[in-house]
Amino acid sequence: MNLTSTAPVSANRHAVLAQKIRLHVLKMIQRAKSSHIGTSYSMADLLAVLYGGVLRVDSQRPAWPERDRFILSKGHGCAGLYATLAEAGFFPLDWLDTFYQDGSRLMGHISHTGVPGVEFSTGSLGHGLSIGCGVALAAKRKADSYRTFVLLSDGECDEGSIWEAALFAPHHRLDNLVAIIDYNKIQSLGRVDEILNLEPFGAKWESFGWSVREIDGHDFNQIESTLSSVPFEPGKPSCIVAHTVKGKGVGFMENTVLWHYRSPNDEEMRQALSELNAGCS
Amino acid sequence: MRTAFFKALLESARRDPRIHLVTGDLGFSVVEAFAAELPAQFLNAGVAEQNMTGIAAGLALSGNIVFTYSIGNFPILRCLEQIRNDVCYHKANVKIVSVGGGFAYGSLGMTHHATEDLAIMRALPNMTVLAPADGREVTAAVRAMIERPGPCYLRLGRNGEPVLHENDFSFEIGRAIEMRSGNDVTIIASGSILALGLQAAKILSQEGIEARVLSMPSIKPFDEAAVIRAASQTRALISVEEHSVVGGLGSAVAEVLLAKDLGRTPFRSLGVPDQFCPSAGSQEYLMEKCGLTVSRIVETARTLLSNLVPA
Repeated sequence: MNLTSTAPVSANRHAVLAQKIRLHVLKMIQRAKSSHIGTSYSMADLLAVLYGGVLRVDSQRPAWPERDRFILSKGHGCAGLYATLAEAGFFPLDWLDTFYQDGSRLMGHISHTGVPGVEFSTGSLGHGLSIGCGVALAAKRKADSYRTFVLLSDGECDEGSIWEAALFAPHHRLDNLVAIIDYNKIQSLGRVDEILNLEPFGAKWESFGWSVREIDGHDFNQIESTLSSVPFEPGKPSCIVAHTVKGKGVGFMENTVLWHYRSPNDEEMRQALSELNAGCS
Repeated sequence: MRTAFFKALLESARRDPRIHLVTGDLGFSVVEAFAAELPAQFLNAGVAEQNMTGIAAGLALSGNIVFTYSIGNFPILRCLEQIRNDVCYHKANVKIVSVGGGFAYGSLGMTHHATEDLAIMRALPNMTVLAPADGREVTAAVRAMIERPGPCYLRLGRNGEPVLHENDFSFEIGRAIEMRSGNDVTIIASGSILALGLQAAKILSQEGIEARVLSMPSIKPFDEAAVIRAASQTRALISVEEHSVVGGLGSAVAEVLLAKDLGRTPFRSLGVPDQFCPSAGSQEYLMEKCGLTVSRIVETARTLLSNLVPA
């Protein structure tokens, strides 16, 4: 793909998908009276680009052996991924109406059982990068060409297991592995730099042996050009520190701790819908 | 047992390139042969059991059969959540192997006493739990667990345990193995402690008490039918395990007896009391401290049977 000539067109396409994801998520979380809207919104633009052309996946063949593997390690952001997969055609859009409800296969943390397109189930933080290492190592050992992408949260990097995996991937030269960190700077009870500071964050990954790029996680052109140029260096795993805004897309939700957990009431719903619909036009 | 395990694993891995061995940086003098001969199927994940288990799940979900290996509690406790979520929920073909079950590393202290492993592993959905009694059962268990898709936990002793199976036997996951026939009392044991059960049976026989001895290498799935038969064909049951009395073999037997309305069957569970051992000690020393001796098995059998006879 020639990015220079298609970038503005694809950026517009990604923006449309991202707003659709946000609309679905809003309705899903309001209907369910569930949480984690902010985390779905901070990563919505990343998901739109990943599923809008970067990932080599086929919704008609979810088990296609050569597909790229995408692992959502921040499993609480599941509403965003379910919406993305439905928009990408992995399963019918009306499944989204069942999210979080009694008997639904769309659980409140990402779950693969009976859900085409979900590669791996998570929900307890700190698991996905190790799984990604294993999947990437399997590809190396069999000389398979698929890539493995793992999307992490920033708060998740408090977990020691993340740093076990961070040591492992460069040691084994897993340049078919990409860690994307949704660095929205807010975790469950407050700001990351107040709870357990991660800085200098990119430098940490670099010192572990990753090839690191820091991007604006809401700039579609930057996201696409960065994701399209992995591995950044042969022989090294790639790490993308995506600077994002928690709750991105709805003004009153942006950059607040409250919207990690809050579910919108009727008035907030009207306001959010009007902002998102304005963004779509 | 450890030697038997590595011999069986290497033999299978030579024929099946899907088989991988992942160690948490343990197995000095035993993993080297595998690593040297099959380097593309070997991985030392370092002292990082959570990552080791996640990697094993990732490798397994990519079409491989992955053995994780460490000692005592290390391959199951630090990484218990990885086992539950990543391995068991995904039905990943990961086989967790712990060497040094029970008090095999007794002198090394409390951290190395693996005495709750069977209970914890047994509670996990989709998990198969095996605790073979000697090298021959280990060899058979390795083959069987490779054949059986999905998660499995294999508890090994250490090395140099006596061979208890003098004759050929049939090993099937979920089936007890009758070591000795008898209709007075049944002694059920898992792991190398089976040797004590067999010795106790010999002593009892001299007193005219014929003990049926069952080796129960498969803790889950569990051979309920063998327990039901023992309860109906013999007069009392004794379970013997180098494991906490909470949640292991004894609990599994008790669950069957109650669920099948056999709760009136005289039954005693001999195992490690629900407490930490306050001192260092060899395997034999700690077992004796916990009352896991031939004489206690004999005494328990006598008591259970004499209670049945009106004075």
